[in-house]
Amino acid sequence: MDTLIQLLDLTVRSAVPLLLACLAGLYSERSGIVDIGLEGKMLGGAFAAGAAAAVTGSMWLGVGAGVMVSVSLALIHGFASITNRGNQIVSGVAINFIAAGLSALLGNSWFNQGGRTPQLTAEQRFTPIDLPLADTLSSIPVLGPIYAELISGHNLIAYVAFIMVPVTWWVLFRTRFGLRLRAVGENPAAVDTAGISVAWARYRAVICCGILCGLAGTYLSIGLSAGFVKDMTAGRGFIALAALIFAKWRPVAAMWACLLFGFLSAVEIRYQGAPLPIIDVVLPVQLMQALPYILTVILLAGFIGKAIPPKAGGVPYSKER
Amino acid sequence: MINPLPRWVDYGLMPLINVAVAFLISGLVVMFVGENPFQAAYLLVKGAFGNGYNLGYTLFYATTFIFTGLAVAVAFHGGLFNIGGEGQAYIGGLGVGLVCLSMDSILPWWLTFPLAVIGAALFGAAWAFIPAILQAKRGSHIVITTIMFNFIASAVMVYVLTGPLQKSASLGPRSRDFAEGGQIPKLDWLFGPLGLDMGSSPLNIVFLLALVVSFLVWVLIWRTKFGFELRTMGTSPRAAAYAGMPQARIIIITMMISGALAGMMALNPVMGDQARLQLEFPEGAGFVGIAVALMGRSHPAGIIPAAILFGALYQGGAELAFDMPNITRDMIVMIQGLVILFAGALENMFRPALSRLFAPPLTQGEAT
Repeated sequence: MDTLIQLLDLTVRSAVPLLLACLAGLYSERSGIVDIGLEGKMLGGAFAAGAAAAVTGSMWLGVGAGVMVSVSLALIHGFASITNRGNQIVSGVAINFIAAGLSALLGNSWFNQGGRTPQLTAEQRFTPIDLPLADTLSSIPVLGPIYAELISGHNLIAYVAFIMVPVTWWVLFRTRFGLRLRAVGENPAAVDTAGISVAWARYRAVICCGILCGLAGTYLSIGLSAGFVKDMTAGRGFIALAALIFAKWRPVAAMWACLLFGFLSAVEIRYQGAPLPIIDVVLPVQLMQALPYILTVILLAGFIGKAIPPKAGGVPYSKER
Repeated sequence: MINPLPRWVDYGLMPLINVAVAFLISGLVVMFVGENPFQAAYLLVKGAFGNGYNLGYTLFYATTFIFTGLAVAVAFHGGLFNIGGEGQAYIGGLGVGLVCLSMDSILPWWLTFPLAVIGAALFGAAWAFIPAILQAKRGSHIVITTIMFNFIASAVMVYVLTGPLQKSASLGPRSRDFAEGGQIPKLDWLFGPLGLDMGSSPLNIVFLLALVVSFLVWVLIWRTKFGFELRTMGTSPRAAAYAGMPQARIIIITMMISGALAGMMALNPVMGDQARLQLEFPEGAGFVGIAVALMGRSHPAGIIPAAILFGALYQGGAELAFDMPNITRDMIVMIQGLVILFAGALENMFRPALSRLFAPPLTQGEAT
């Protein structure tokens, strides 16, 4: 029981940055802007948050800086793909490299620690929050430990991430903004005919994407760890992208997909080279690492349902002249 | 409708402007970290071309980038974005490694080498085949599947190099060193008579292979029936379908050629330099290929200079990092990103201005 709860706790921890980045991608892609630059925006956000928190000593300024940098990168992507009607894939690749290069370069020249930012103290970062009564209730069998260990004891950003799931659902499917956002992703010409600006709707979606990626990065550098480390996103942006496809561009499904991929990564961390319980075999670590990608490819191939992306995804919109 | 530009502006001036803007921004970043950008540029150029040894390294990196650039370019012509060059190169290296490890003590290098070329191309092509067939038959988006295959390739190679092919646990994840039959000659004999001492730089005969392959790619794309079909599909898939061109087959063959080209990149570091199979040898070259192809406008004649430019950046950047510790090699990764941004995603930013300057005014009848 304890092992299981620890494993699930680790699952949640691994899933949070994936979930934030995945929801970020959801806003962008639902509006027709394909985003393979999630990784870069997360990395840029993580660095800015780590650096700002280290210099100012405030985690709030850290979040602010992380979100700001990530939104700036998102706006570059928006400028290239909305205003200039450039290739969105190319732009996303560019963002990833600019963020990877710049964060390591600036980190090295500002702090002289090989691309790391200085270690933060507990007051300068997001530390676990104990929910009310966690201690008192932990003695209750089954439910107690689940509440005390699994639900309680994460940091603020983690709770925000899970709250963002219903919020995103509500925004996308119950507000005028969300309707327009989805409409420009499916049929921008129709939205344009209705007299609504396609570009503005897409820019807003891209900004939402930037904010959430910034939070994902912040969670990594000043939540989970006590500072930024070079290339610390380590492909999570791409796993989030895979989760987005796996969830077929739906918010609640995105949460389950991220929890699934988070669980795979938790199993990988927990059972490195040790036999798995129940089936009692040692799986190669690499198989566990590759599994999210393999599953996504199988899904894309149409063997587990069919993932149909937003219709206007990746296509720049130009008014007919 | 924007007026068509003269060819020299479209293929010469515009890429130059785009790259110049990327370098300008890089210069600002250099200033921002407190170094002199002109001094940095001087050190970089000197580090890349200063002597035979430096030039050797520059061309060594350029060789790698020619292959990955061609790989991306061939796919571009078919309207496909092969972002999986990195993974295909990695698996291509497995092909090279298997050939070398099994033949190196039996055959001389000039017999191992052609086999290794075939091995690299086959393994690279095979790794591109699955995303290609999924795109062609089941409509899975090739960009996403090739990204996923990069990660899967990396997992496969870690597994192979920490398991079946590992020499010993104490040496880390790498194969045994290749014997003489698995090593190929350097290019001293070619550059020596020109008065250049390449020293211990790893420039090797794969460079010549890269030039030959560049020519073959030009022939393939512009002088064969398949190349015509490929370009038709890239420009207008509907026209290609209407003309009865077999789209699924073109997609699969194009991607396999692209994968084979990316895979052949592995010959250069694995056989030409390290003489063993080790982790992470592609070092992001698959992605540099995207920048190279965009800058070279997907034409071999543009790809070769673009590859040399990036080779110079990699080699010069390494030397620069010695003299200016503030500027690490990460700078080159950033420049690469800026080149991709300005030569790729923002390629149309300067088009209206250039078109006002250079495009011939259209007559009423032509303007549609």
